[in-house]
Amino acid sequence: MMARRRTPRDGRAAIAQASLAGLRKLHPRVMMRNPVMCVVWVGAAVTTLLAATGAEGARGFAIAISAWLWLTVWFANFAEALAEGRGRAHADALRSSRVSLEARRLRDPADPLTTERIAASALQKGDVFVVEAGELIAADGEVIDGIASVDESAVTGESAPVIRESGGDRTAVTAGTRVISDWLIVRVTANQGESFLDRMIGLIEAGRRRKTPNEVALEVLLAALSLVFLLAVATLLPFSLWSVESAGRGAPVTLTVLIALLVCLIPTTIGGLLSAIGIAGMDRMIRQNVIATSGRAVEAAGDVDVLLLDKTGTITLGNRQAAAFLPAHGVDVVDLARAASLASAADETPEGRSIVAFAHDRHQVDPAVLPEGAVFIPFTAETRMSGVDMGGRAIRKGAVDAVARATGAALPADVEAASRKVAAVGGTPLVVIDGARVLGVIELKDIVKAGIRDRFDALRRMGIRTVMITGDNPLTAASIAAEAGVDDYLAQATPEDKLRLIREYQAKGHLVAMTGDGTNDAPALAQADVAVAMNSGTPAAKEAGNMIDLDSNPTKLLEVVETGKQMLVTRGALTTFSTANDVAKYFAILPAAFAGTYPSLAALDIMRLASPQSAVLAAVIFNALIIVALVPLALRGVRVRPVGAAQLLRRNLLIYGVGGLVAPFLGIKLIDLALVALRLT
Amino acid sequence: MTTHALAEFAVVVASVLLLALPLGTWIARVMEPGVRPLPLARVERAAWRLLRTTPEDDMHWSRYAGHILGLSVAAVLLLYALQRLQGVLPLGAGMPSVPPLLAFNTAVSFVTNTNWQAYAGEATLGLLVPMVGLTVQNFLSAAVGLAVLAALVRGLVRREASGVGNLWVDLVRGTLYVLLPLSFIIALLLAGQGVPQTLRATRTVTLVEPLAGTDTTVSTQTIPLGPVASQVAIKQLGTNGGGYYNANSAHPLENPTPFSNLVQVVSILLIPAALCLAFGRLVRAPRQGWALLTAMVVIYVGSTLPTLAAEQAGTPQLRSAGVELAASPTQPGGNMEGKEVRFGIAGSAIWATATTAASNGSVNAMHDSFTPLGGLFPMWLMQLGEVVFGGVGSGLYGMLVFALLAVFLAGLMVGRTPEYLGKKVEARDIKLAALVVLIPSAWVLLGTAVSLHVQGGRAGIFNAGPHGFSEVLYALSSAANNNGSAFGGLGANSAWYNTVLALAMWMGRFWIIVPVLALAGSFGGKRAVPPGAGTFPTDGPTFVLLLVATVLLVGALTFLPALALGPIVEQMQMIVGGAS
Repeated sequence: MMARRRTPRDGRAAIAQASLAGLRKLHPRVMMRNPVMCVVWVGAAVTTLLAATGAEGARGFAIAISAWLWLTVWFANFAEALAEGRGRAHADALRSSRVSLEARRLRDPADPLTTERIAASALQKGDVFVVEAGELIAADGEVIDGIASVDESAVTGESAPVIRESGGDRTAVTAGTRVISDWLIVRVTANQGESFLDRMIGLIEAGRRRKTPNEVALEVLLAALSLVFLLAVATLLPFSLWSVESAGRGAPVTLTVLIALLVCLIPTTIGGLLSAIGIAGMDRMIRQNVIATSGRAVEAAGDVDVLLLDKTGTITLGNRQAAAFLPAHGVDVVDLARAASLASAADETPEGRSIVAFAHDRHQVDPAVLPEGAVFIPFTAETRMSGVDMGGRAIRKGAVDAVARATGAALPADVEAASRKVAAVGGTPLVVIDGARVLGVIELKDIVKAGIRDRFDALRRMGIRTVMITGDNPLTAASIAAEAGVDDYLAQATPEDKLRLIREYQAKGHLVAMTGDGTNDAPALAQADVAVAMNSGTPAAKEAGNMIDLDSNPTKLLEVVETGKQMLVTRGALTTFSTANDVAKYFAILPAAFAGTYPSLAALDIMRLASPQSAVLAAVIFNALIIVALVPLALRGVRVRPVGAAQLLRRNLLIYGVGGLVAPFLGIKLIDLALVALRLT
Repeated sequence: MTTHALAEFAVVVASVLLLALPLGTWIARVMEPGVRPLPLARVERAAWRLLRTTPEDDMHWSRYAGHILGLSVAAVLLLYALQRLQGVLPLGAGMPSVPPLLAFNTAVSFVTNTNWQAYAGEATLGLLVPMVGLTVQNFLSAAVGLAVLAALVRGLVRREASGVGNLWVDLVRGTLYVLLPLSFIIALLLAGQGVPQTLRATRTVTLVEPLAGTDTTVSTQTIPLGPVASQVAIKQLGTNGGGYYNANSAHPLENPTPFSNLVQVVSILLIPAALCLAFGRLVRAPRQGWALLTAMVVIYVGSTLPTLAAEQAGTPQLRSAGVELAASPTQPGGNMEGKEVRFGIAGSAIWATATTAASNGSVNAMHDSFTPLGGLFPMWLMQLGEVVFGGVGSGLYGMLVFALLAVFLAGLMVGRTPEYLGKKVEARDIKLAALVVLIPSAWVLLGTAVSLHVQGGRAGIFNAGPHGFSEVLYALSSAANNNGSAFGGLGANSAWYNTVLALAMWMGRFWIIVPVLALAGSFGGKRAVPPGAGTFPTDGPTFVLLLVATVLLVGALTFLPALALGPIVEQMQMIVGGAS
């Protein structure tokens, strides 16, 4: 469902839907939410009245202006509706999976045999229900009994089933996922309408969405700018009246032209797209399968400058892997590799498989096919060795002390030394023996994920500090930290250490992001500014976090930060662009507005527009079309490059500041030429 | 523009920058506790005892603002009473009491650091009012500006603090360590150039060349004198601008020589420039101060050069009247109407932009007689909100508000919510900053609009057409931005203008001071985000450009329509008219 690609037909349907929704949003009550576009709405209404009554003559012009003003409002509504539509399509897909769900509620949680069938929507927080193989889980909840494998692909897109069981860190289940084996007894943790899915839907619907703090601040500024322009334009009428009287010629500027000027000057571009940018930002999070519980959290993600990353799963692959064969004196390394491969041939643990793979990749030892009669000796807690008996040979690999005990003799000095060296840098040495002969040491170590170092470099350039959190001893931690290129690490970390570290950073003014899944992560998650809980985590962890990663992929934190930044950059870029646009509009409209009174002001008309009317109309049309032209950018977001703030600022100022200054001169001139060519003026 | 004009301009700018360096260091040191000369430190402590206060009595921003308002209201009342009672009080030099509305206008004008003068100094006031009233306000209003700036700086520096400092301590420090010593030096320099400094009210002299009328011959002249040098010193240093004489610094006794002219124009810009550098030191990032100063210098230079060029070019009308417009060793050329021969084109144009860039308002030439373009820049510099140098303290706190807006407008483009000096700029801060920008602009535009259409407003307009419009627009711009410079050509001593301009001055001063102090309180209470590679840099050339663009854009976008109907159209008409 997640992976389904958008087809062109979907795109057309979405546009048609958004067009209609944009019309519905013209309702004054909806428009009140957006002060800037509300001004345009009022302007459109007034010019329509003026056109209808013909109060100011030049009816065709008044009709054209009012039509374009309505279009301006509609374009802004369309952008918002389009963003909503895209987000909602995703949410609907998630929601549809549980519309007609039924649950078997336990009348008495102590008696799992007496159940009643009720609609999932009737479930309340604290209810307990049972779910068996083949059934869908009816509500978000916590497993209180049983163990089962669950297919969560409907939510995560990940096809491999996951284990959910009572107790421990894997107790959380999500509504709409399917149990594929065994059974679970689940306690509902959220009322209908409060589940994560519901909260997410709330974030992408303009009517229900709460504005984020920065959005509110920006809206204040946009409203203030609108007020300044309202003053500048409104006082033009008395100025014009006096000028006409004093100069003794011309006619006062018309209300239609003043309203056109006002709409062109107020920041309609950002005002019209602001809400769409916010919704699209949420949608981008959702498409990465991250559900934010508030818009505030997404915004904070852009500000984060310290990332606390769990070593396992984020920086390193989950398990230790073979990294080297260190042969004993007089043993050929290929012989050691072959023996190690044989000893691991039937070992299905990740470590075992990695040894076979490493022997093949590094020393061209083909994975052995065990001969008939070969006996696999599995690892036991008692022997702490595993291996194979074949053709009279007993090949084993195991921990250093276990092997020494098994051979009954001290290990050769060079093997002993090699083992110590491996352990010293945080690796795990496994000794390989063939009967009583010690062949050498396999070095197992944490493998840093490919490409992670580059990402940390990129983060550093963006001013974000990475801190690795690990339960390893300081030595191991230091070696992995150096290899992964993190800025700092916290070794032998307890949950309390984590919490303390977060507080320390915050006291210095940093904003901290982290991921977590266990119940003991909850205090740290609650303390962090951006806390991404794994969907596989405990309800406590999910409750403490302000985002949930449905894929339970801790590396996702990096994307979360980038998405947060992207939303802010897009907002800033369009604000700058919108403000810079005004210069050209003045040059178009001012000479036109006073052409009758002060013909010499025509010198300001550096675009040499065809007529006063075409100048005003061209500016209004440009102002409306630029909203449509920027919708894709608002929805997609401005790309955030991993460079420092100074460089990013220079670049964006050049594109959106200088670009915003120049673009309307060209645009208005082109529209003016088109108006003339189409004989519309 | 002549080489001489450029050289003179370079000397002015270089002198300001060179003197601002040590002065900035000095101000940064004395506005906060620290080592200072012992005799002055004793006076400082004595003043605290007198005012029954100590620096430990840290004020919440609202209390700080309340005390400023209380002090200012009291000052207006006192100044009003002094003028109304001039006729019965001593040292009145025989002048009658000042009429009520004029007294009210003048009282507000001097308390708000505007020094708009609807009266003619030598013909209205004796010795008492200038000495006890006006000069005291010249110091006090500048000290209030310094204090508000000090409070804002504390807000930016402090973390999670509730107070912004102690007003009375700040007033004492600003007056004692900055304004008084500097005034003393400047007054001596001016007196050395021939500016009177005496308690004699008048002196009657015999004319070298008696003036023969139709039936009488005038052979003596009575020259008004007084403590001129000391008042002129603080008039310039405190960005006050109220002249001792009606002709202000164009008067030969107020500004007798080219050197006194240089001293005065430098002292107009000196403290506002030094405050930028002091700011950098106080926030422990000198580059931040340099960035703000650079932005100011860029706008000042960018406005002065075209003014110089326009005045030197003269007008087509002058040319057709046979005036020699080219400069020569014996003639300044250009548009010399309304300018003093001893200052010439360069000395007048440089002064015109300096006095309007800083919210000083003193004049050494009549701006009304400038070419339209030459008059446009001084007017525009005021309309920018008096943030290019601006008033003592008020210029920098105004510029800091623009810095917040610049950071907010473009700061998002680095992918973080906006912050300035580590303090997050949030919705409440933007509301306050918007007020600071909105209030003066609203008064200028609305005041002009109404003045053009009420009887009282129309009566004062001496010229028709765009020039008449410019005269009203200039007066409102000057008052609401606390500059005080007059374009001339407007009968401002009328019930209408005395009232509307007094209100504009009051609003333009305190409707800004209160939000600025609220900002200080808001920032003081915030945590500080440590700077890093991801933070928006506010100390480099990119930021300087951004700040300049923000100041110009906000100013241009607000006032371009009005300017188009005034000086811009006048310039166009002049060119067209000259060509025909």
